[in-house]
Amino acid sequence: MTRLIGELAAVLATALFIFALYWMNDPKTARRGVFAGVTGMTVAILATWIQPEIVHHGWIFLAIVAGFAVGIPLSRVPLTAVPQRTALSHAFGGLAAGLVGTAEYFLWLGEHSAQLTPFRTSALVAEVILGFLTFTGSLMAAGKLQEVHWIPQRPVTYPGQNFVNLGVLALAVGLGVVLVLYPTAPWSGQVFVAIAVLALMFGVLLIIPIGGADMPTVISILNAYAGLAAVAMGFVLDNKLLVTAGALDGSSGLILSIIMCRAMNRSFTNVLFGAFGKAQPALAAGGEEKVWKQESVEGAAQLLEQARSVVIIPGYGMAVAQAQHKVRELYDALTKRGVSVKFAIHPVAGRMPGHMNVLLAEANIPYSALVEMDEINPEMPQTDVALVVGANDVVNPAARYAKNTPIYGMPIIDADKAKTVLAVKRSKNPGFAGIDNELYVLDNTWMLFGDAKAVLGDLVKQFSGGGIH
Amino acid sequence: MTDFGSVLFVFVLATFIGLGVIRRVSRLLYTPLMSLTNAISAIAVVGSIVVTGAEYPRGIRILGAIALFASMTNIVSGFLITDRMLKMFKKQ
Repeated sequence: MTRLIGELAAVLATALFIFALYWMNDPKTARRGVFAGVTGMTVAILATWIQPEIVHHGWIFLAIVAGFAVGIPLSRVPLTAVPQRTALSHAFGGLAAGLVGTAEYFLWLGEHSAQLTPFRTSALVAEVILGFLTFTGSLMAAGKLQEVHWIPQRPVTYPGQNFVNLGVLALAVGLGVVLVLYPTAPWSGQVFVAIAVLALMFGVLLIIPIGGADMPTVISILNAYAGLAAVAMGFVLDNKLLVTAGALDGSSGLILSIIMCRAMNRSFTNVLFGAFGKAQPALAAGGEEKVWKQESVEGAAQLLEQARSVVIIPGYGMAVAQAQHKVRELYDALTKRGVSVKFAIHPVAGRMPGHMNVLLAEANIPYSALVEMDEINPEMPQTDVALVVGANDVVNPAARYAKNTPIYGMPIIDADKAKTVLAVKRSKNPGFAGIDNELYVLDNTWMLFGDAKAVLGDLVKQFSGGGIH
Repeated sequence: MTDFGSVLFVFVLATFIGLGVIRRVSRLLYTPLMSLTNAISAIAVVGSIVVTGAEYPRGIRILGAIALFASMTNIVSGFLITDRMLKMFKKQ
């Protein structure tokens, strides 16, 4: 009877998970998706807990309570910290898969060695490699995003890096093959441990050469790995619910990775093996040195006030400065004066997919004002003012033709085609890619130097009381 | 006796469904999508519950309990933060 309940619960949970993702196709229905997901999860947990082989309830109870104790505070982090929270949760997912795989292997090695069929051992090896590499890789990514001081922010590269990384992975896979052939030899336990250690090392090595601007892609790939680790666990435990939920997670990570790759004009292999994020030396655009033209806050406010249409282009700089609420005040001030204000969102702006949308939604900007790159670009030539807030490489016109730069071919938001460009920038340093941004020296561009929050705050003051009425 | 063929079958079908459903997800919602799928893939919790709660040697159950804790953290924080973010998306 409890078996039947378990089977039915798994089917119900699967259906609810698929509906949960389906409802994410529109912000209006999306919250229903969370409800479906929670229901499916609760059903699955209870149906597993009542199975007759579960006899030690105390430990389960304690672990669940501990999960709530850590999970609730983790869900309340500021939204600028969402990328590192996401990376951390991929790490937890990977850890769980790796540990369950380890537990199952040693259980079967000790008592039920007939269970270690070639297929199941292969699935175990896949689970442990994927799980542990996702664990350390995601921890490294979270550390870089949180700017933990002992993890270098800048990409670290050295000669032969790909060779070392692939060598470590190949060694782990090779040992995995050995384990599949000899799952219960006297030394098999040590081989298993060696595979786990190599996978943990590989995760660290994989993330060392990666810089901040590549994080949206990397987080998506780690998401896919975490999903695949869950799939492998499903194969090991012969559990279809696990396989389904893991496949949903894996395909989500895959699709997001592809979208992020396209948005940076990178191929999948280039991202995985291209020592990506390597900062190239700055390249002079050639010809005479062009100069920045600086604009005062008063002048910028006047420009905005006289405009009919304004497109704001946010980037990671807005998140760093926590300027989204000031952006909202500016949005209010301008729309009150009849100026049409839209936001142009580049797919890789920020540190994870959709990062800018969430920050702007947090500041109460209606999502109807958030426009994707492909939709906004045809409107840019008719736009009076493009206001760039902390975005850099995603608006660099050099991406269109400068073949020797790392951003060549990357689709950009056509800020330069607007009648006037105002760019808020913290310093005069070049962007992540280490190349000068030609946008800043165009004839129709004026710079506003300073912290985005402070600059926008001053702008808003011009509208509310100061210079402009 | 387990039936790997049927599990493989389920995997292939689930991947196609996943690709079809995720492709339709609103671009606005990629961040909450990631936290939601993360919570859902923490269904690994069912494997951890068995390893933690069955009549197994203590060392194995300790590994299970840590995995259970990690999965439960993902479930709780994943669903809560997804809902928190989705609440912020307003049309006007």
